[in-house]
Order: sequence, then C-alpha cells, then structure tokens
Amino acid sequence: MRLTIRLAPVLRDAAGGVQTVELSLDEGATVADALSALAQAHPGVGRRVRDERGEIRRHVNVFAGTDNIRDLDGQQTSLADGADVSILPAISGG
Amino acid sequence: MTDLAILIGTTKGLFIGRTDERREKLVLDGPHLVGQEIYAAALDQRDGRRRLLVGALSSHWGPGVTWSDDLGRTWTDSPDGSIAFPEDVDASLARVWQLTPAGPDEPDVVWAGAEPASLWRSDNGGETFALVRGLWDHPHRPQWQPGGGGLCLHTILVDDQDPRSMWIAVSSAGLYRTTDGGQTWEAANKGIKTPFLPADPDTGIEVDGMVAGADAPAPAPEFGQCVHKAIRHPGAPDRLMLQHHWGIYRSEDRGTTWQNVGASIPSAAGDGYELSPFGFPIVAHPRDPDTAWVLPLGSEMQRWTVDGRCRVYRTRDAGDTWEPLTKGLPQEDAYLTILRDGFCADSLDPAGLWFGTRTGELFSSSDEGDSWRLATQHLPPIVCVKAAALR
Repeated sequence: MRLTIRLAPVLRDAAGGVQTVELSLDEGATVADALSALAQAHPGVGRRVRDERGEIRRHVNVFAGTDNIRDLDGQQTSLADGADVSILPAISGG
Repeated sequence: MTDLAILIGTTKGLFIGRTDERREKLVLDGPHLVGQEIYAAALDQRDGRRRLLVGALSSHWGPGVTWSDDLGRTWTDSPDGSIAFPEDVDASLARVWQLTPAGPDEPDVVWAGAEPASLWRSDNGGETFALVRGLWDHPHRPQWQPGGGGLCLHTILVDDQDPRSMWIAVSSAGLYRTTDGGQTWEAANKGIKTPFLPADPDTGIEVDGMVAGADAPAPAPEFGQCVHKAIRHPGAPDRLMLQHHWGIYRSEDRGTTWQNVGASIPSAAGDGYELSPFGFPIVAHPRDPDTAWVLPLGSEMQRWTVDGRCRVYRTRDAGDTWEPLTKGLPQEDAYLTILRDGFCADSLDPAGLWFGTRTGELFSSSDEGDSWRLATQHLPPIVCVKAAALR
C-alpha cells in the first residue's frame, strides 16, 4: 500500500526541503510503521517527531486524514491504502 | 583590542552579545534558534576551531546539540541527534544542561551533561556523543531525586592536569568524582548538610551548631545533596567550592570533605536555617583561586534576590569572608532570579562579570564586581550566560 506523509513547514528543512514523503508499506501498516519508515528516510524528521523510546513528542500532533491519532489508537492506528498522514506542531507552548 | 562574545541563552533563543575589552557597549546579534530554550552554550576555541556549541530544546521537536562554526551565521545539527539514549536504556533525553570542552590534551573531546541525569562524551568536537555508562550504571542513580529544575547533570569540572579526573554535579544527587576517565564514580559530599531530608536519629550526626528547621540535626548523607553549581580553579587544584541548596561549601581535598562557609551572608528572613544562604550560581575568578562570587537568593518560597536587593557577594579568601557588591545594582524592589548558569566571569584582566535574570536583564561589571551596569534588558527569560574572549 502507498501513503503520503505531509510535513509541517518547520519540518521540511530536515527532510531536504520536501513537503510530502511518499511511502510504500505492507498492507495493514500502522502509523508506527509509517513513522518508522519516515525516520529511516529522514532521520532528522524522525527524531523531532518521536523520542528515543518511540513516543510521539508531547507537542507534536499526527493526523490520519483529519483525525488526530491520539483520538484513535495512537501509533497503532491502522492506515488504509492511499492514506494521508500529516505531522503538525501542536498549538501549545508559552 | 580583544573582542568578547557574550552568549546569552534564553527560553526563546540565543543572543550573542559582542563587546570589546572596555565592556562599555554590548551589541546584540540574534535571536538565533528562535523559540528554543538554550540552557547550555560554549565557545570551543581549541585546536584552531571557533565552534559555538549550544544545547537547545524545542518544546515541539525535542532537545539536542546544535553548533555553528561561524558565530551563528549558520547552524548544523546531527540528523540522528547528537545525544540519544541507546536502545537498551529505557530513557529519553529531556534537556542538555551543560557543554564543556575538555582540556588541551583532548582537543576533540566535549562533555555534555543532560536530563535525565547523565554524562555524555563526544570525540568529534560535539557533533555526536556517547553515554558514559560508568555513571549511568552507578548503583546510586535509581535513588537520585529531581530538584525543581528536573533531575539534571549541570556541572562538569575537568582536571586540567589529568584528563582522567573529573567531577560532576547533579541536582539532587550531589557531587561525584572519577579518577579513571569516567569508568567508576564515587560520591563526594561528606559534610554537606541536607536539611530537606529527615534527620537520622540513629546516626546522631554532629552538626556544629547548624540546625534543620526547628532543632532537628541536619543529616549529611553520602549522596542526595542538591548541589546547584560547583567550581574548581587550576591554581588551587585540590580545592573545590560549591553553592548548595542550603549553603556555600569549600573542600580542600578534592571533594573528600566539605566545610560550610559564608554564614555571614544574609539569608531571607524566615528561611529557618543557620547554614549560609541559598543561591544557584558560584563563579570562579579566571586567575585568582581565592576569589569567587555568589548571588544569594531567598530560598524556599522566594528564589529572588534577598529582601528585594540585588547583591553579589565576593570572597578574596576562598570563602572565609565575603563582601556585598551593590554599586550599580538595583537596591529597591528588585525581585530578581538568577539561575545556575546565568552568571559567569570573562577571562580579561581585570575580570569582567556577567549575569542575566529571569526577567531578561543582563548586568555586567568591568572591575571584578566593584561596580555594575545594565548591559541590556527586555530579553526573554535568561537561563544561561557564557563569556568568551575571541581569538
């Protein structure tokens, strides 16, 4: 299956300037699989999105389509062929 | 004329102040690394390089080490992260607290202190670091408790005569030392009182008239002290001094034993302790091993300059006596907070002093503290100030 990762502008430098990353994964892939593949292709993006334990950083939001994965099954959320996954900074901080 | 770079780490980025040896006017460059907390900065000028190393924390994208070889015009970081816990360690990096280039014998070695409390070694000038397992695996570590700033390793002191000897400080674990390059570590806190821990009635620790709270004796355990900052001067290689959560201490035997000094410095009314005062930084003189400066704060509930008066204290006799320095510093309604890395000395003669506040003011002195001026203001909260003479 194929899917598209859409990167927030602030992450694009770490991915060589691209806006989107196309991935080809096995059927039944999860968000975790997608993020791992993304990190393999662009480690500078990977470490900004997840820490060493694989946890998504507190102020990062990952969306499957328009749904925040924290409202779904987190990184175990299953993805369908052709899915869009967006990575955005949370509206937070101070 | 020597140019100085004053690295000012704030909660929203790094500013680089430039001035000359008169230190009359500070020209600010920045902010760099906008929006990131800068708790650690160092200018490494060993071996012909001029590398600005910064520990930065993005609330969104996490912590790491970033460097610039052109004083901030361009920045680089390691794609894989300069500091990352190995897979077999169940921990993730929260913040880089200290970056310390090693001595001249090891021109490519840079040490980093981090949170959770850990020591890291780089052998390529700070581009990538490896965890120092000897400290991470220390049997005390599971019992270390975080201070108000987190469980951080914030101080690294390298013995310029012996690169295998060094000291580190952790809040709240205390001081530890190694003599074998970091393979093994021993706690070095004997005599440092911990009024924040319950007294041990079984040990009956002698406290020399010091009291904890009411009349309970303060314990002095092997570790668990909340050391805020420690210094060591090459001119007095066996001496260390430190600012503890409760009191200023001196050791004349490389940290084996400690004595409380500075009891003449006023604490905030109602602190309830007879130890010398609370504070975060302690600063060594660039040449004179007997001179040091502290900046006391009211302790428990305050953490601002005592009685609303901003006073730096200077010793010229390694802590036996202290004098307040107030000329040019605000003495009314000045409720300022200066953090552990927010105060430093430059290397010029006479030594210049620089400290930044949580309210974004930077004060400086060109005469070793006799007089002060407001170097700049209206910055974001300042958490780190480092001065370097540019070569």
